[in-house]
Amino acid sequence: MKKYAFFLGCTVPVRAQHYELSARNVAKELNIELVDMPGASCCGFPMKAVDAETSLLIAARNVALASQLQLDLVTLCNSCTAMLSDAQLQLTNKEFHDKFKRLGLSYPYEVKVKHFVRMLYEDIGIENIRKSVKKPLNPLKIMPHYGCHYMRPSHLYSFDNPEIPHTLDELVRVTGAESLDYADKMMCCGGSVLGIDEDLAVTMANHKLSIAKDLGTDAIVSICPFCTVMYEDNQRKAEAKFNTQYGIPVLYYPQLLGLSLGFDGNAIGLRFNRIKPNGIMKKIAM
Amino acid sequence: MINLKNSDPKFKWEIIKKEGGEGLLKCFGCSDCAASCPVRYFDERYNPRKIIRLTILGMRDKVLSSPFLWFCAHCHACTERCPQGIKVAELINAIKNYAVEQGYCPDGYKMQLELLQKMGRLYEVEDFDLKKRQRLGLPPIDKTIPEVAKILEQTNILKVLKK
Repeated sequence: MKKYAFFLGCTVPVRAQHYELSARNVAKELNIELVDMPGASCCGFPMKAVDAETSLLIAARNVALASQLQLDLVTLCNSCTAMLSDAQLQLTNKEFHDKFKRLGLSYPYEVKVKHFVRMLYEDIGIENIRKSVKKPLNPLKIMPHYGCHYMRPSHLYSFDNPEIPHTLDELVRVTGAESLDYADKMMCCGGSVLGIDEDLAVTMANHKLSIAKDLGTDAIVSICPFCTVMYEDNQRKAEAKFNTQYGIPVLYYPQLLGLSLGFDGNAIGLRFNRIKPNGIMKKIAM
Repeated sequence: MINLKNSDPKFKWEIIKKEGGEGLLKCFGCSDCAASCPVRYFDERYNPRKIIRLTILGMRDKVLSSPFLWFCAHCHACTERCPQGIKVAELINAIKNYAVEQGYCPDGYKMQLELLQKMGRLYEVEDFDLKKRQRLGLPPIDKTIPEVAKILEQTNILKVLKK
């Protein structure tokens, strides 16, 4: 059985419990043990623009909590993954490590940091997941949205292809759904500028929403709570600003995978999706 | 219009000293960063190449006081494509960090800093949230993580709030 420290961050445990719930249930089904991290805080990313060192120390403390558990760490958020991966790398730098130690922290076990979805791809593997699929989602057309910090910057990750990514597409296809290929796959959701200029952020989100509509997408699949804020929570604002109608559901990847593993809506928290995926449920019931 | 009479020759060295600022002088101005930038694609007021050129030219006040500096989404599209291997998003972040030191911190970041000081997380965990988690069979989480405030004290970052 694979075992990981499970880092939740700020947004997931209070604003995206359906992401957490579906990830935990998928993990259980695939024989993955997720160990909670008492005392884990914000990853530090929100402070990076203010002071990189402060953000790295906050991140390093979280990595140290996993180190105490002697476990590698998985996260559900792209930016948490980038921030914690950066801290993990910085801990090999003596000057930074000294500052870290001055906080009374220690790092006894060298932690690998991975996004939950990367863990599914690398450590469980497509073929093993395929064996667990009970209900192929054949009729669905899914638009995979990777989000920037899933594999960028590549000097932190060395994973997937930052220009032409494929891992999430493969993970979508293993559920039986079609994974749509489309232009500007690596376009940013706009989440990082939401607090600075909402109009610009909504314009950025709208770009992919309009492509999704043109392609007849059944749902966008997201792997980051902030990307979901842009595509789901701000979808109405994009509709109003660009005078159009979308109504495109946004699922977290573990929700999609959960459906193919035969879970019901409750096990993946489907009632918490703001744009109701009733159309999807009808299609797969047929 | 850029008037080099207003140039501060020390400015670029201040940025180079910051975490992430190291690559500044490697820039030869090819504009791959601007061409790759999703923010610039929608709003030309943000242009990473322009910020980098102005920094090299020493146009300190123009760079630090620009509201568009904060438009960088830190998405690293530029970093992946820079032919000089500059970690462009880290470089822009170094300029942001320096701007903060000089008293140009956007209010949104100050608010986030206050939340982290108070709770160690960005969103308050209310009893309602804990009950909802319990109903869903999710484990409880800490309402506050005071260790974060200790880190903020050690790095002396809370002085930003006084500016």
